[in-house]
Amino acid sequence: MKKKTILAALLLATTAAGASAETLRWARAGDSLTLDPHAQNEGPTHTLAHQIYEPLIIRDHSGAFQAALATDWAPKEGDPNVWVFNLRQGVTYHDGSDFTAEDVVFSINRAQSENSAMKELLTSITEVRAVDDHTVEFVTNGPNPILPANLTNLFMMDKTWTEANNATAVQDIAGGETTFASTNTNGTGPFQVVSREPDVKTVLSANESYWGKDEFQLDVTEIVYTPIQNAATRVAALLSGEVDFIQDVPVQDLGRVADTAGLVVKTAPQNRVIFFGMNMGDEDIRNDNVEGKNPLADARVRKAMSMAINRDAIKKVVMREQSQPAGMIAPPFVNGWDADMDASSTTDVEGAKALMADAGYGDGFSIQLDCPNDRYVNDEGICQAAVGMLAQIGVTVNLNAQPKAQHFPLIQNDETDFYMLGWGVPTYDSEYIFNFLVHTRGEERGSWNGTGYSNPDLDAKIVSLASETDLEARNATINDIWTVVQEEALYVPIHHQVLNWGMTEKVGTEVSPEDDPKFKFFKMN
Amino acid sequence: MTDAPLSETQVSAPAPSRIKRIWESDFMWSFRHAPVAIVSAIVVLVLVLAAVFAPLIAPFDPFNPATLNLMNGFTPPGEANAFTGDTFFLGTDDQGRDVFSTILYGMRISLFVGFSAVLLAMLIGVTLGLIAGYLGGWTESIIMRIADVQLTFPSILVAMLIFGIAKGVTPAEYRDQMAIWVLILAIGLSDWVQFARVVRGTTLVEKNKEYVQAAKLIGRSRFSIMLRHILPNVLNPVLVIATISLALAIIAEATLSFLGVGAPPTKPSLGTLIRIGQEFMFSGEWWILLFPAATLLALALSINLLGDWLRDALNPRLR
Amino acid sequence: MLAYIIRRVAQSALVLLVVGLVAFAMFRFVGDPIENMLGQERTMEDVERLRENLGLDQPFVVQYYKFLENAVQGNFGLSYRQGRPVADILLERLPATLELAFVSGLLALLGGIALGIFTAIRKRGVTANIIMTASLIGVSLPTFLIGILLIYVFSVELGWLPSFGRGQTVQIGGWSTGFLTQSGLQALVLPAITLGLYQMTLIMRLVRTEMLEVLRMDYIRFARARGIKDRAINFRHALKNTLVPVITITGLQLGSIIAFAIITETVFQWPGVGLLFINAVQFVDIPVMAAYLMMISVMFVSINLIVDMLYFAIDPRLRVDRTAGGH
Repeated sequence: MKKKTILAALLLATTAAGASAETLRWARAGDSLTLDPHAQNEGPTHTLAHQIYEPLIIRDHSGAFQAALATDWAPKEGDPNVWVFNLRQGVTYHDGSDFTAEDVVFSINRAQSENSAMKELLTSITEVRAVDDHTVEFVTNGPNPILPANLTNLFMMDKTWTEANNATAVQDIAGGETTFASTNTNGTGPFQVVSREPDVKTVLSANESYWGKDEFQLDVTEIVYTPIQNAATRVAALLSGEVDFIQDVPVQDLGRVADTAGLVVKTAPQNRVIFFGMNMGDEDIRNDNVEGKNPLADARVRKAMSMAINRDAIKKVVMREQSQPAGMIAPPFVNGWDADMDASSTTDVEGAKALMADAGYGDGFSIQLDCPNDRYVNDEGICQAAVGMLAQIGVTVNLNAQPKAQHFPLIQNDETDFYMLGWGVPTYDSEYIFNFLVHTRGEERGSWNGTGYSNPDLDAKIVSLASETDLEARNATINDIWTVVQEEALYVPIHHQVLNWGMTEKVGTEVSPEDDPKFKFFKMN
Repeated sequence: MTDAPLSETQVSAPAPSRIKRIWESDFMWSFRHAPVAIVSAIVVLVLVLAAVFAPLIAPFDPFNPATLNLMNGFTPPGEANAFTGDTFFLGTDDQGRDVFSTILYGMRISLFVGFSAVLLAMLIGVTLGLIAGYLGGWTESIIMRIADVQLTFPSILVAMLIFGIAKGVTPAEYRDQMAIWVLILAIGLSDWVQFARVVRGTTLVEKNKEYVQAAKLIGRSRFSIMLRHILPNVLNPVLVIATISLALAIIAEATLSFLGVGAPPTKPSLGTLIRIGQEFMFSGEWWILLFPAATLLALALSINLLGDWLRDALNPRLR
Repeated sequence: MLAYIIRRVAQSALVLLVVGLVAFAMFRFVGDPIENMLGQERTMEDVERLRENLGLDQPFVVQYYKFLENAVQGNFGLSYRQGRPVADILLERLPATLELAFVSGLLALLGGIALGIFTAIRKRGVTANIIMTASLIGVSLPTFLIGILLIYVFSVELGWLPSFGRGQTVQIGGWSTGFLTQSGLQALVLPAITLGLYQMTLIMRLVRTEMLEVLRMDYIRFARARGIKDRAINFRHALKNTLVPVITITGLQLGSIIAFAIITETVFQWPGVGLLFINAVQFVDIPVMAAYLMMISVMFVSINLIVDMLYFAIDPRLRVDRTAGGH
């Protein structure tokens, strides 16, 4: 009820005020899944949260660190296992209460709790303690040189507010739970929620008492966020001037948008790589026609499949030049990325056939490819193209393309033998990739490793990364791990995605490599 | 409804005069004097033949991924591709498939789904309608109540429901083969009520007529009476409904593709082609949408017009 | 009369029970709820505990009974996607769909009747035949394509009408309406046409057929013979007799309008229950799917029941065959 009265008040207010207000009408394909900032580790959810809540550190639109709720941070002198964060003073939440060290301790503990989707980013933290009101120490289980990188999507909540509203436990989203914090917000961010109907419309207005008022552009005073699922409708809305900014312009419509008077397209490489995963761990797999053995367990087969993929053709036709062919599953932004490895993919159908024959699959085999159709740029088209390319080397592929909500459980539950996955790296470090995609699937790590690959040596090296302080040695280990990953052809890399934001001329912004616009940086001409 | 039972009188006639008699019948007279019906019939015939003989007509086999060259993608109709130099009569789609061949093969799937679904609906509907009308009593009550339940759900919801459940119970590895069969089942099951209602209505009227009573008296079995005496009388309305249902089924398949429960993109139906084509509406590759959409329109419109004419022709009161 | 009503209500209840069974079965077949609810790091203990909490260890019949008991109270649990009570979400979204259905229904009814009369009176006229053929084009293309074409022409090329959403809405009690603002009304135009087109064709053809039937009735012939003007015959006598079945069929069609709204709402990002349902399907949000099914069937069954009652009240003879026209 309260929300509705606010909405009615807003309707009156917008008709009355006008003039100086700059409203940004923003659309993208999907909506945030929840307002609880720790309940989902997912792009659109974080993007909305970034307008309302703030982490200690953020990344600006170039990907560089920028101080947010912490003013500076450094490892503690004399104790490499501790990071010290000095907090910004004079910051208040939307409800007027002060932001203090207590809140940081509370928020990190909350993000480490059972239902949190963020806990995998915080595994190295053993304790968070408030030294005084504006100083916090993070204790890690060994030196963790890249801790700050893990905190850029870790939002700070008001302890008093959260506790008073019984929202200390993170919303159990899979359990279909609702909490006060999943439908209400109280952040320190530049915008606050005026009204929200999930999947329909979210209205945000500028936070008048924002600490960064004089520091940032903050031209936008109101944001109207509407998810528009159907791509054609979304583009039509931009073309007809009904929205000012859309995040996902379909690649085929870039020309049309750019050619329309008053509209601009801005493009930048995204911090996300698209690849295929293969079940190599099982003795025999279900989705193939080979009895008694698993063709994917043979590295020659995996290499042959990789060699059959013509990444340039995919780039040219399916992606309309909006991709960067990949040879490794790390985006170039990431520490550990290697230019030679990333250029290592070659298309060689004859060579691939020879490898297949060598492995005893000269006549090929058939297998099912599971693919999302609403997650990545032209995901279904890429998979379809791959079906044709793999057919050239005798691999008959049945394509099973379905919505992401049905696709991802297949990977998580080991129900797919050949699948598409995309991976973004918010920490900008290879360790994040290894933890999720290379380490043996287990309690703390490897949750997205659907390949069944398990290499104890490699696992040990991956674990050691978390506490290696000598950056040079650490980078060497990272390189070692990548070398094995490449040799084993653990994944079939396809490309790095390119982001395309479409906007009216009055919107001034650069494209952020993580596809998370932070509207406080936006200029409105 | 108005024609006397066709079977006995005509079967005994000698062949040449039979054709002549058909040609000179009221029915054909009406057809010969309805230009719209003639054009529609020709269009439908051409399209169905094109679909049936697609493997012979189509220059490419779009369902064989090994023959595709992605670099041929987005070739405009009649122009040579900038990279490969290949030329395609109606251009190529986003995967480099020849649009002309894909339409032929896609139409095959659409027609197959449409015909099978209508056949299924007809089989269920006519059988249940006959039984309900002839037997009456509690059998009739049960059948007609089921029909009511079915009517409560709009066809598209029923189809989505069946698709959802089928997806839930079939193992992942069979899902892509099952799509077509589930479509048939879904559309067929959501469409039988019309048949049942009409057949039941006609049966109620016919079963009290003298010739049925006579057949009963000479000891014909129920089954044989239903099959040989009542069934021929319900064929006209059934034919009309079947025709219109065919158009509806083809459109329903297209709609379901848009909702993500249709034929897989690697073996597209006309509906899937339109769903894919509409993504290129703003970008200037008009041929990917236009040709499949025009084909679907021509097909469905002709079938509808035929059905329209058929209804009037078989119902002389409206002439 | 009373006996008939009781029998009819009992039948409707039975229909709902069956639909409820289907909806409930979805919970069991479309993915294991336990799989959905527990994450990667679950233990067997967790699974057992949750199974017990949810009552999944009990016999099927008991579970079904519990489901019905909750459903009757409007309690469908929480949406997996939104984490809010499903009933709340449905109520929030329903006005959008009902307003759209209402406008499309009205459009279909008025347009259909007008065109139907015209084509019946001018049975052999060229215009009437063109209308008859053209109306078939509308039903020979899938709805989603018509919607997108309308967006392309009227939003993108001409810039006259909005391409998505409801425009500005006003909240009256628990009901959000788009009828009171200019942008709200503008936003209604394209979706209403898209949704109403199919029904309009149906109604037009129905009116035409009924009119033609009535026009050849004896009393019309007598009227004509008595020298009553054509206009008076067409409208006072023929139309009056045509409208009863037409309005009934339209009433019954209201249900399919709401169901077909699924497609229109997806194309126009119209925030109604149809879009909610599609999102639920994509997200495997079973509580929402089940609740939507139940809601739709309650709606249809009620409409059916009311229509039947009216028929019974007006003319018991008509009852048996009311939809057997095969139109």
